[in-house]
Amino acid sequence: MLHSTLFYISAIVMLASALAVVLSRNAVYSAILLVLTFFSLAIMYLLLEAYFLAVLEVLVYAGAIMVLFLFVIMLLNTTREEAMPKLIQLQKAASLFLVVIFIFGILLLIVGGTTELHQAEVISTVGSARALGTALFTDYLLPFEAASLLLLVALIGTVYLAKRKM
Amino acid sequence: MVVPLEHVIILSGILFAIGVLGVLFRRNALVIFMSIEIMLNAVNLALVGFSRYYNSVDGQVFVFLVMTLAAAEVAVGLAIIVALFRNKQTVNVDEINLMKG
Repeated sequence: MLHSTLFYISAIVMLASALAVVLSRNAVYSAILLVLTFFSLAIMYLLLEAYFLAVLEVLVYAGAIMVLFLFVIMLLNTTREEAMPKLIQLQKAASLFLVVIFIFGILLLIVGGTTELHQAEVISTVGSARALGTALFTDYLLPFEAASLLLLVALIGTVYLAKRKM
Repeated sequence: MVVPLEHVIILSGILFAIGVLGVLFRRNALVIFMSIEIMLNAVNLALVGFSRYYNSVDGQVFVFLVMTLAAAEVAVGLAIIVALFRNKQTVNVDEINLMKG
């Protein structure tokens, strides 16, 4: 089946590029690989029939947020990674161990769960911009306005932090 | 039904774990920040999966709000990192261990 094949291919691309973001030595490579992660996530959103969110993922994450990241990386010019002392090696081994336990716990929780997760096959009616917009402007009007306030606060805070002489 | 819901959630869990690994593993504040973005996206993926399988728009509204939050968070966080770099000339979080400004 074409859909599920495409889903699993983009899943593999997403996991590989996310891992490469974490392990890459160069912060610029990390940023570019993060764009790839976001694009494969957008493909997955499309296959899950969340069309509007797929467009937003590319516009907001791959467009706006990553441009901001790249600007700051190039502004700070700290792409080189320094040599690691022994203590940090130990720290890395410990973090790897913790993450393996974490993944194991998640998988155990999902695979060992008692509830049946499969639903009857239905045609999704909620992925369009129209459905999302209707929900946002009726049931979720207050959170929507709160989000606009949050953006204003973030804007003012960023300008203040960037301007201040420290 | 394209894929079973379990696969979407397992994928989301693994992606979240990769983000956790990034936060614990790396010392560069910018890469730690990117790992936080990966974690936010992992949660978004789980929400979209649930929204699809319960055919409910609520999950997608949450994803919309999380994206707004992520945009605001990135703007403020990167401003803080730039301010830190001006002060300390480094973005290595192990060297930034004093609260004194």
